[in-house]
Amino acid sequence: MNATLQRKLPQLATAAVLVAIALGASRMYEGFLSLRVLTNILTDNAALGIASIGMTLVIFSGGIDLSVGAVAGFSSILTVTLIEQHGMHPLLAALVSLGICTAWGLVTGYIVHAFNQPAFLITLAGMFLMRGCAYWITTEAVGLNNPMMTSLAGWELPLGSTFGLPFSAATLLVVMIFGLILGHYTRFGRNLIAIGGSEQSALLMGLPIGATRIASYGLSGFCAALAGLVLVLYTGSGNPSFGLGLELDAIAVVVIGGTLLIGGRGHIVGTILGLLVFGTIQSAIIFDGRLSSQWSRIVVGALLLAFVLLQRILVKRLKG
Amino acid sequence: MKKFWGSPVVWPIAGLVVLTIINLGFNSAFLKITVLDGHLFGVPIDILNQGARTLVLALGMTVVIATGGIDLSVGSVMAVSGATAAMLLSHGYGLSTAIVAALGSGIVAGLINGILVARAGIQPIVATLVLMVVGRGLAQLMTGGDVVIIKNPSFEYIGNGFLLALPFAAVLAVILYVATHFGLRRTASGLFLEAVGDNPVASRFAGLPVARITCLAYVASGLCAAIAGIMATANIRAADSYRVGENTELDAIFAVVVGGTALTGGRFLLAGSFAGALLLQTLTQTMYYIGVPPAKATVPKAVLILAVCLIQSTRTRAWFSSLFKRRTA
Repeated sequence: MNATLQRKLPQLATAAVLVAIALGASRMYEGFLSLRVLTNILTDNAALGIASIGMTLVIFSGGIDLSVGAVAGFSSILTVTLIEQHGMHPLLAALVSLGICTAWGLVTGYIVHAFNQPAFLITLAGMFLMRGCAYWITTEAVGLNNPMMTSLAGWELPLGSTFGLPFSAATLLVVMIFGLILGHYTRFGRNLIAIGGSEQSALLMGLPIGATRIASYGLSGFCAALAGLVLVLYTGSGNPSFGLGLELDAIAVVVIGGTLLIGGRGHIVGTILGLLVFGTIQSAIIFDGRLSSQWSRIVVGALLLAFVLLQRILVKRLKG
Repeated sequence: MKKFWGSPVVWPIAGLVVLTIINLGFNSAFLKITVLDGHLFGVPIDILNQGARTLVLALGMTVVIATGGIDLSVGSVMAVSGATAAMLLSHGYGLSTAIVAALGSGIVAGLINGILVARAGIQPIVATLVLMVVGRGLAQLMTGGDVVIIKNPSFEYIGNGFLLALPFAAVLAVILYVATHFGLRRTASGLFLEAVGDNPVASRFAGLPVARITCLAYVASGLCAAIAGIMATANIRAADSYRVGENTELDAIFAVVVGGTALTGGRFLLAGSFAGALLLQTLTQTMYYIGVPPAKATVPKAVLILAVCLIQSTRTRAWFSSLFKRRTA
């Protein structure tokens, strides 16, 4: 097997699983393989997808961000409260929460890098902090009545005569493209993967380790905040408990997409495929109607395990 | 005495003292313990009783962290063990069967984690993440997504009963700590654990069965999680597979870290974890008494853990010592 193919193998495996699940579902359920179902999958999982792209960038560098779910909840409730109760312009409110969350991401990155602390522990504390702050704003959901926001929530990019691509799904697509370019076609992306591969080598090559790593956490914070805003549009409200467990789903999506959790190896395309696998399984379970929703967690867990084991075998072969 | 001051256990104990003083400021009866119907009542007893679950979880977590690992699945395992016990009890099985089965579910969960980490060589975070995701789904599947009410007085005793005037759950937690202390520190097994956490390769060359020791650590953690699950289920007299054990893995990890056991492994402090868990529970209860709703009470917890991490980091220590050097010069 040549080297390029072997490097792409995890993503190819994810693609194969996706095709198998989609074909299987379309044989069992009529009308599953349609553009409309695909748009639905993208819309329903827009927040997860956006958070996963940020998570992928952090994981590239060998880190992890457990605070994305809490950050999404915080940004959703902060934005809606600013708009509805303080009469702030929606655009300004969105910018404020994106700014605060990005800044928090940068602080997290700084603590992880400068104090040499485990990313997992610091972002865990960040998760507690952001969730608590979200509840500090208000413990209840706040409805969205601002005319600009409601019209944005109802906006659709027309795709066919009867349906279109909603704003949240369009945002997801834009973030995916940005993530792809940032992760694989810029110096920043290569630096990230280099740090994840070997921090020592990256340091010796003179790469800006600190700045790159701190920026990756900032980007993850930004993506998580954007995911919160998408949730606001999707549900028409802000809620401090939005994004509960989002971080785990995002990690699952990244791992299913073939990105190594120890860093240094992976692809944004894999994450996109992983998101589609995740969404397709959930849609199939909803299509079926007989299976309880708990099964989606179990199936996702089983897939997670299968992919982790596959990665393990691949890494062993690459080393040996 | 010098040994005591040098030990990291000082920190959580100092925190406990500070919290107690703050509490006494708000409520002068904070430390008051009264005797009612032959049982002890009072805030400290409450903290012990409600903190028993975190204490037990932190015990298992300490053992896993000593090997350089982490167990994220404890919350889900709590849900599984609670659901197992509740379903068996509601189907007319005896108390002992239910408890043994619930403990068994924890052991199986620990074995799965252990095999994934020790034999398949998967990172502990990922390996236990799998069970964290699947476990809660399984528990919900077992109870059919409902909250199962338990009507069994002897089962309830585990969570709410009193033994020798003290809460049974707390007594059980203390017994487990003492037993673990003797099991690990009075035999070589504690040293083996630390050796595996410090350097698995060197331990293997020294002839230690590294994989088996690691695996057993996860089994111990699974068992502790199952015990905590039984306690939680008995405490509310119902198996709530959605909420039971939610975020408890974080509490347990925090308790261990606050107690001075480093996440890098290779050394562990049972007394530190005990004090850490008590500190965390006291902080939670303090929030209740001051009137902060539980949802917001995570903020001081987060600040506490960030502070502990920063204090423990070598950079801060170097900065502190440089401060003192300048003054003496």
